[in-house]
Amino acid sequence: MDSFLGLDATILARIQFGFTVSFHFIFPAISIGLASYLAVLNALYLWKRDATYLRLFNFWVKIFAISFAMGVVSGIVMSYQFGTNWSGFSDKAGPVVGPLMAYEVLTAFFLEAGFLGIMLFGRRKVGPGLHMLATLMVAVGTAISATWILSVNSWMQTPQGFGMNEAGQFIPEDWWAIVFTPSFPYRLAHTLTAAYLTTAFIVGGTGAWHLLRGHGHNPGVRTMFSMAMWMIVVTAPLQVMVGHEHGLNTLEHQPVKIAAMEGHFESHPDGAPLILLGLPDQAAGEMRYEISIPHLSSVIFGLGWNGAMEGLDVVPDAEEPPVAVIFWSFRVMVGLGFLMVGAGLWGLWARWRGALYATPMLWRAMVAMGPSGLVAVIAGWITTEVGRQPYVVYGQLRTADAVSPLGASAVGWSLIAFVVIYFTVFGAGVVYLLRLMSKPPELNEREGPDEGPIRTAGLTPHQMVEDGQAGDGQAETGRGAPRPAE
Amino acid sequence: MAIDLTLAWALLLAFAVFTYVVLDGFDLGLGILYPFFPKKQDRDLMMNSVAPVWDGNETWLVLGGGGLFAAFPLAYAIILPATYPLIVAMLLALIFRGVAFEFRWRAGRPFSAWVWDGAFIGGSTLAALCQGMILGTLLQGIEVEGRAYAGGWWDWLTPFTLLCGVSVVAGYALLGACWLNIKTEGGIQARARVAARVAGLATVAGIVGVSAATPFLETAYFERWLAWPGILEVAIVPVLVAALTLWLARALTSGKGPDWLPMLLALGLFLLCFAGLGVSMWPYVIPPAVTLQDAAAPESSQMFMFVGAVVLVPIILAYTAYAYWVFRGKLDPDEGYH
Repeated sequence: MDSFLGLDATILARIQFGFTVSFHFIFPAISIGLASYLAVLNALYLWKRDATYLRLFNFWVKIFAISFAMGVVSGIVMSYQFGTNWSGFSDKAGPVVGPLMAYEVLTAFFLEAGFLGIMLFGRRKVGPGLHMLATLMVAVGTAISATWILSVNSWMQTPQGFGMNEAGQFIPEDWWAIVFTPSFPYRLAHTLTAAYLTTAFIVGGTGAWHLLRGHGHNPGVRTMFSMAMWMIVVTAPLQVMVGHEHGLNTLEHQPVKIAAMEGHFESHPDGAPLILLGLPDQAAGEMRYEISIPHLSSVIFGLGWNGAMEGLDVVPDAEEPPVAVIFWSFRVMVGLGFLMVGAGLWGLWARWRGALYATPMLWRAMVAMGPSGLVAVIAGWITTEVGRQPYVVYGQLRTADAVSPLGASAVGWSLIAFVVIYFTVFGAGVVYLLRLMSKPPELNEREGPDEGPIRTAGLTPHQMVEDGQAGDGQAETGRGAPRPAE
Repeated sequence: MAIDLTLAWALLLAFAVFTYVVLDGFDLGLGILYPFFPKKQDRDLMMNSVAPVWDGNETWLVLGGGGLFAAFPLAYAIILPATYPLIVAMLLALIFRGVAFEFRWRAGRPFSAWVWDGAFIGGSTLAALCQGMILGTLLQGIEVEGRAYAGGWWDWLTPFTLLCGVSVVAGYALLGACWLNIKTEGGIQARARVAARVAGLATVAGIVGVSAATPFLETAYFERWLAWPGILEVAIVPVLVAALTLWLARALTSGKGPDWLPMLLALGLFLLCFAGLGVSMWPYVIPPAVTLQDAAAPESSQMFMFVGAVVLVPIILAYTAYAYWVFRGKLDPDEGYH
């Protein structure tokens, strides 16, 4: 087998998929939550006629537009990765997963892309009602998209409803069973909640940043911080509960993954300990320097004080996933999850004391935790995807049999190209996002909700992104100020 | 029934790919034309003319790829490894041009604005070139063994595939120029018409070159195009191409007639090329090894998707048309900046 920098084509293809999908998922994780947030802001604005909501809509819609664009272009890459690097998977599992992804395109991608233009640039052209509808359609589209892709992923984790033909292809027999696999509802709930929580921390962190910079008088800053803190105090504990249910489901269907997450190399017939920290040594099959609480793992999984739990010793070594990665990524995710609950409670307490806008320590903590949702989401995906190894379709198709017949150098060089280009292009994108977030949401007094001429001709999309301004009311405000680029 | 469903999917995918070429063709074409419109205000206008619709346009590429994966998984699993470097280059090129739509307005300094203009030009041109070369690779035949690609890593690079690539670049530039002819007025429109004439000439030269080379790639192609008496039937394609070319030349030079006429005629040329491609390749999806039937997904997969596609595609076309309708008409350059 040929190799590239000492790595074979399979591991390179895995690194490439892991890299491109992790990078990609950052943007949907932001845009799923942000699309819903924008729909809420726009609805509140139309309902209460409070310009603060319009100001916030115009502030976040620019950020949404950039992260959505990066999500689209990095997503096109994903739709071709299956064929370029995983042609064995495409040929064999295509009849099952292909139609689900085609439905994602037909029901979600077109919906989002079709209404995005109107959402971004069309408020004046179509009127408030249709603009609200377009904003809602974009938000609904992001959720539909998540539903289909998680259905695909769940089928790969807990496959059912298929037969096999003589060419070794998975043949769909029961579409209902394929779409609704046992892990699907838990995975969907966990991922959507994660996206909302991620967005809440980005919004809250941005609000906290402006509070620290002395913009506490700005009603937009106060409102975004307050809304985010409410969202966190509700969704963070909810996410802990949903995650727990997801874990119980995984124990039922993928016990080996749970053994790796828990770091249980050995079976515990009389109650398994909860290992808080330790150094997994997979070669020796033991946990070094372990700090653990006896019986607690069995209790958490609802098996009782002395509930038996199987360890990695019940499966052959070739069936074990890489333990250290899963053990640590799981702890990162759970640790951040509890910190998020803590942040939510702190915010609630500060609010109860009437000190939400007078607690700089809370603001600092929120700025620090701004990206915590993104880190937790990636850690969670690493846990579940690496935990499925050595299979790509759990128990059915091995990863090594799914890879394309490519030379290691072809995969290696394309991996290098992806890494270099993703870091430069999306790195620049992140700089632009941070630059937008670091400017407080301003409302020009003349940027009246319904004043000014209705534009009848031409389109002016770039006005939407003019600094400190937004599409609405552009006609008579701020036109004299040139963009920095000019 | 199974045969009909496979044929239906072949037609549906052909429709998706053609729609992609029609829609993303002109917006990639704007990127290809950017070097010939160096003034910032012209460039702003060009980008604004497609900013509200470009992601919708690109979604048809995802449907083409996703639909091939779903309805003809074997073809997807062979074509993508066979054109690996082209696919990767196309995807990376699309990243550069896609982010340019947003980043261009965010750039703080003239240098970074210049960088994103360059990304838009390079990305658009490279994506078009790769798409043409992928088509050329498919047309010249892909080596298959069992259920996998069996050719070499440079099979996709031949004079024929390069010719196809350059032709597609020219064709997209033509579409881009015709789009500008619809959306603009005055000086920029006049220059768009000049660009359309040059790109039109190059496109027709490309069509002639590719058509002349194709019959000699495979004996099956030769027999289909040049053997008697079939030639009487297929000859209608080149005859119509010649007629449309003359009409397009007249429309562009006389300056009379509605502004959308050159676009319509250019699309007619594309449609004829597409029909010619169908004549050559039928009934193969990967000539000369894999037929549509060989690559077809099981009936249960095709049926499951077909039901949804029949309902959803008309709805998608309806709201896409609405989005274009909302942003219809000439662009007003004064709207964009002061």
